[in-house]
Amino acid sequence: MGQTLAEKVWDAHLVRRAEGEPDLLYIDLHLVHEVTSPQAFDGLRLAGRGVRRPDLTLATEDHNVPTTGLLIEDPISRKQVETLRANCAEFGIRLHPMGDAGQGIVHVIGPQLGVTQPGTTVVCGDSHTSTHGAFGALAFGIGTSEVEHVLATQSLPLVRPRTMAVTVTGALQPGVTSKDLVLALITQVGTGGGQGHVVEYRGEAIRALSMEGRMTVCNMSVEWGARAGMIAPDETTYAYLEGRPHAPKGQDWDAAVAYWQTLRTDDDAVFDKEIFLDASTVRPFVTWGTNPGQGVALDGVVPDPQALPAGSQREAAERALTYMDLQAGTPMREIAVDTVFLGSCTNGRMEDLRAAAEVVRGRRVAPGVRAMVVPGSMLVKLQAEQEGLDAVFQEAGFDWRNAGCSMCLGMNPDVLQPGERSASTSNRNFEGRQGRGARTHLVSPEVAAATAVVGRLAAPADLTEV
Amino acid sequence: MDAFTTHTGRAAVLRRSDVDTDQIIPSDWLKRVERTGFGAGLFSEWRDDPDFALNRPESAGASILLAGKDFGTGSSREHAVWALQDYGFRAVVSPRFGDIFRSNALKGGLLPVQLDAEVVEALMQRVEADPSLEVVVDLGARELRAGDLVSPFPLDDFTRWRLMEGLDDIGLTLRNEGDIAAFEVGRSAHLPTTTLGA
Ligand code: SF4
Repeated sequence: MGQTLAEKVWDAHLVRRAEGEPDLLYIDLHLVHEVTSPQAFDGLRLAGRGVRRPDLTLATEDHNVPTTGLLIEDPISRKQVETLRANCAEFGIRLHPMGDAGQGIVHVIGPQLGVTQPGTTVVCGDSHTSTHGAFGALAFGIGTSEVEHVLATQSLPLVRPRTMAVTVTGALQPGVTSKDLVLALITQVGTGGGQGHVVEYRGEAIRALSMEGRMTVCNMSVEWGARAGMIAPDETTYAYLEGRPHAPKGQDWDAAVAYWQTLRTDDDAVFDKEIFLDASTVRPFVTWGTNPGQGVALDGVVPDPQALPAGSQREAAERALTYMDLQAGTPMREIAVDTVFLGSCTNGRMEDLRAAAEVVRGRRVAPGVRAMVVPGSMLVKLQAEQEGLDAVFQEAGFDWRNAGCSMCLGMNPDVLQPGERSASTSNRNFEGRQGRGARTHLVSPEVAAATAVVGRLAAPADLTEV
Repeated sequence: MDAFTTHTGRAAVLRRSDVDTDQIIPSDWLKRVERTGFGAGLFSEWRDDPDFALNRPESAGASILLAGKDFGTGSSREHAVWALQDYGFRAVVSPRFGDIFRSNALKGGLLPVQLDAEVVEALMQRVEADPSLEVVVDLGARELRAGDLVSPFPLDDFTRWRLMEGLDDIGLTLRNEGDIAAFEVGRSAHLPTTTLGA
């Protein structure tokens, strides 16, 4: 019987397999940031251990960094960033600190440097490590104990996950994005639908996506419980990687591509579970609730909890509507926002910024709405400035910021006030995620841009010609 | 890590599903560089509410948390586990856990006890009827007992053994350091490194 993509990558990294024990898997790339690493480095010191492979480890500052300058005012945040710097210096780990041209969100800089490659294993103390699966890597988030484990041993004991296929047939309609696709998927399958599985996204609608669109989809795998999301590499993948600083060169490139071509699920392989989705039915999609599975088409209305089966789902919906201060039956387009946040590792890359800039070009942010663009990395910022996108956004009334996680989780000063409402291109609308009492609607970059202009949730098609 | 064999304690009932890690420990608590002191931040956005499950007098001193489906979804923050432990919990019972949370909990010795939704509901009802009910989490037998309710829970042999012995995962892996070194010798030349100028 053939193998799935995930099984091939898994088996290629087996250091040790023994009856009755988890597999020991080799890790090709370990990404590190300031939030989930300090206790891991402390653990190493306490045990008198070193970092086995600093040359397979890469660190950046992203969660705490301010987006308006280089001074971290909060002393606790500052200490955390300084701790990362000291740890990287002590253990010889490459770090992209604030102010460095290579700094950015950990899941944006890996692909940008070309260190995220097909068939590799990638881990990071961050659940959205699933992003890197867009390249056909087996990439997943780990906790701090596992961060310490990988630092010390460059390997992890893991129980082989089950596999799942999400086959997306058909084509996305014009104006519908990969973000809409994945939000619609999560609403269909629920936040726990992928639990315990590595998911492979396949089918013509996935093949048609750019690398950036694929990253958006894989990024959100964890939002429906999947351990990782993967997409088999193809010409789109190779074209994205070729020439990147850490991509293979010359003969190595040829050898790498020859290997990458084998990284596909065999025709006779069997997944433990399969899901099908027709891309042509997906419409621009937004969330109304407090988890990413509580979503609805922008054309729709706030759902009525009474229409849900009695029990935890109904209770969760009722609680979400109270928290979100929404009435069942309200058309989504009538929901006014205070803030629009364009950024994060879900939608903070060039393609996202370009798409949003096209929507706001020549238009103005609605009065009373605060709109901000936080590029996913300083390189994205630079490239956007070279293309003149900063001017487009600023003329429309957006703030143009430095790179970081920013309002995706509000560890830096970019937070919503209690009761404020945002349209956000990030990945989590949990209670309090963007600030205590903050209300978040997850949207695509295009919907975020149109919403900024209208002041209420909107799609580009709703805008009048300029 | 402390060994875990059997834990007997009272339970607190958190009747919510999808309790994500942002709820368990909000992000402003993640700025700390220590491993301790997170108990004060546990569920901090809910703790102002006197009616919140953990604020009710009958929940005082509880060491087992009973929660709805999909507990610990969301972020990879192990701080969620540290917060629950620091507050005094030794086990969490839910019909389903977020994968990374579950793995983090098992690393740190907080036992995630997965039971069928009906069993969790029955257990919640018993505890609500009698908050002093003794709940026993027996890792050796992989069984939870509370009065007349007895239910097995799943956990693989290896993890059970590691928890019962209180063994350090890294130490276990380093016993196989030779295998790691041998694997490294065979890695392809085209694989990337992160070294500058590479
Ligand atoms: S942008 Fe948001 S989701 Fe991505 S790494 Fe940062 S905090 Fe996590």
